[in-house]
Amino acid sequence: MATALFNMLVFPGFLFLSVVSLFAEYFDRKLYARLQNRVGPPWFQPLADFIKLVAKEEIVPSEADRGMFNLAPIFALAAAVTAFLYIPLWNLSALASFKGDLIVVLYLLTIPTLTFFLGGWYSRSLFSAIGAVRSITQLFAYEIPLFVAILAPALLAGSWSLSGLTAYYSAHPFYWLFNLVGFGVAVVALLGKLERVPFDSPEAETEIVAGSFTEYGGRMLAYFRMAIDIETVVGASLLAAVFLPFGFFASPVLSFVVYLVKVFFIIAVLALLRTVFARLRIDQMIVFCWKYVAPIAFLQILFNLFLKGFVLG
Amino acid sequence: MAENIGYPIGPGHQINEPSDFNFVPKSKDEMRIPIGPQHPALKEPESFSVALRGERIMGVDVKIGYNHRGIEKACEGRSFVQDVYLIERICGICSHTHSTCFVQAVEELAGLEVPKRGLYLRTLVAELERMHSHLLWLGVAGHEIGFDTLLMYSWRDRELVMDVLADLTGNRVNYGMNTIGGVRRDITKEQVENALKVIDKLEEQTKYYIQLGTEETTLIQRLSGVGVLSHDDAVRLGAVGPTARASKVDRDVRRDDPYAAYGDLTFKVVTDDHNDVYGRTLVRLGELMESYSMARQLLKNLPDGPIAVRAPRKVAAGEALSRYEAPRGEDVHYVKSNGSENPERVKVRAPTLANLQAVSKMLEDRYLADLPIVVAAIDPCFSCTDRSIAVADHGTLSWETVRQWGIDWYKQERGIDFTKIKWGKQ
Repeated sequence: MATALFNMLVFPGFLFLSVVSLFAEYFDRKLYARLQNRVGPPWFQPLADFIKLVAKEEIVPSEADRGMFNLAPIFALAAAVTAFLYIPLWNLSALASFKGDLIVVLYLLTIPTLTFFLGGWYSRSLFSAIGAVRSITQLFAYEIPLFVAILAPALLAGSWSLSGLTAYYSAHPFYWLFNLVGFGVAVVALLGKLERVPFDSPEAETEIVAGSFTEYGGRMLAYFRMAIDIETVVGASLLAAVFLPFGFFASPVLSFVVYLVKVFFIIAVLALLRTVFARLRIDQMIVFCWKYVAPIAFLQILFNLFLKGFVLG
Repeated sequence: MAENIGYPIGPGHQINEPSDFNFVPKSKDEMRIPIGPQHPALKEPESFSVALRGERIMGVDVKIGYNHRGIEKACEGRSFVQDVYLIERICGICSHTHSTCFVQAVEELAGLEVPKRGLYLRTLVAELERMHSHLLWLGVAGHEIGFDTLLMYSWRDRELVMDVLADLTGNRVNYGMNTIGGVRRDITKEQVENALKVIDKLEEQTKYYIQLGTEETTLIQRLSGVGVLSHDDAVRLGAVGPTARASKVDRDVRRDDPYAAYGDLTFKVVTDDHNDVYGRTLVRLGELMESYSMARQLLKNLPDGPIAVRAPRKVAAGEALSRYEAPRGEDVHYVKSNGSENPERVKVRAPTLANLQAVSKMLEDRYLADLPIVVAAIDPCFSCTDRSIAVADHGTLSWETVRQWGIDWYKQERGIDFTKIKWGKQ
């Protein structure tokens, strides 16, 4: 019981995840800055921002629904942290696992987007409302490709559990190479999920101020930002577990290092993508996702079915 | 003088009706969102009240007048020489534009012949200013469409030309270069060489931006087909500068009515027939290349001789109109002298005022996401535009009436009672 609690709260649970997330934010911002020929923030900047926000006065708009307004960031944070427990990190099995936990993780990772919508909607601000609607519109565009892309490797492995999936791919090294197209799709979808350039129209600063977060400030905004940071790391860990299932050594330290390299590689790809693109309009984003990304994801599924049925089966 | 109340443009407006700006949706599926007077997309205070149905823009009310400073009136109370420095502060970007335009009008009144070297230096600063203004615009445009990398790069390069300006004139923005009868500072051989070196570097960078603009997919997707202004509309609405030239309106004061040293230079007027924001980007990038070539010609053929002639304190009575091709379009200054030390009337028509009419046309049937870039594409300078405007309904008002009207307006609209505020020592 004590070990389980330690695992959940300290390592590799909440505390560890928070530290990695803050560092991931620093890594992303620093890399983004260097790619733009800027100096970038010092290493403690994300933590300093968090402390500063937490210390600030909390303002809830008088028109807003107080309960929903305050609950949304906490739900976002809780959902992102919970999802982390089911993802195998540097061991072959996750902290907790059951048949079908892959689906649960995907749903848990959808909750933050829903809270962006609810938080924005119940702020009762025009900018928040538009941002909220954009968030939910965007959800319908990237969520299907993401689900399909992540289900493809699971189909090949014949397991709906993340731990089972990792076990299968470590038993069959180099099979993960079949899923590289799906990996590309998942990275694009993750950009949408994290609402980052080029898919950041839900919080497009120059149009709708900060979208759903316009009315947020202080502690609640700090939680939202923390939730997004954690979602970044959890999303990257999920992609690493599903698409890059290799490097599980006998030595836990070595496996741990490989895990961090994988996660930060994915975060670096995300930072690179947000450096080289302009923000797409919401209509362009949806057309792009349904016209190109979703068909490619379905192709991956067909390819894996064919592979399993005729070649490997 | 008449009141400064700003004015809405676009279809179906009643001027100065407060109901125009209550952000209450007119129907259930329509809402009005306020962009400004304070908004992250705007660098200056102005207000766009946007009627939206979903993401689609149904109509836009533009309201300016938040930054009226009474510069024209202030000019009347100061001497011509003092006015040069006041006028220079109309704009924080094209400061040289306004001071040159004003000085040209005064020189015409006083019958002064500016020495060739003075004209060359004046033109050189003007072209350097165009470079920094267009590079600034490129960055702002990048930021408006969420392409911050372009902002960081072009503003980094803009520093180079700012440094050259600081080297030549002593200042980065308000150069204080012009004076009535010429310019105030001469430049040395080393400064010429340094400037030439920087221009080479900038040209190289600009070529890269042109390549980026013609190849980068998301950039083209966000810019082309957005903010369309047809050739006929551009002419009808009186658009000027790059905004008009991107709609194939072949107009440029530098060529059509050469002032300063432009008559001695060879350059081509860049036009484009895309009619949209993409076209405006290409025109500005093309103009940057032309500016480099012009600046090189000026630096290489700099004539010897004095840089200024002595100007009289009192300027002969008369009136003059001066035109100048600012980075944003044609700038017009009108100066009337009654033979004393102070001008009797100074009138400034900044280029943004001419382009503003076209904005609501450009926004017709577009998406909310296009609003920032469409507004930015005219390279607006709202604070420069804020002049007093005569509104037909009110007729001509006396100075006292206007003053009283202003006090009442602030009491009603802004809740500030100026009569109760005590100024200075009592």
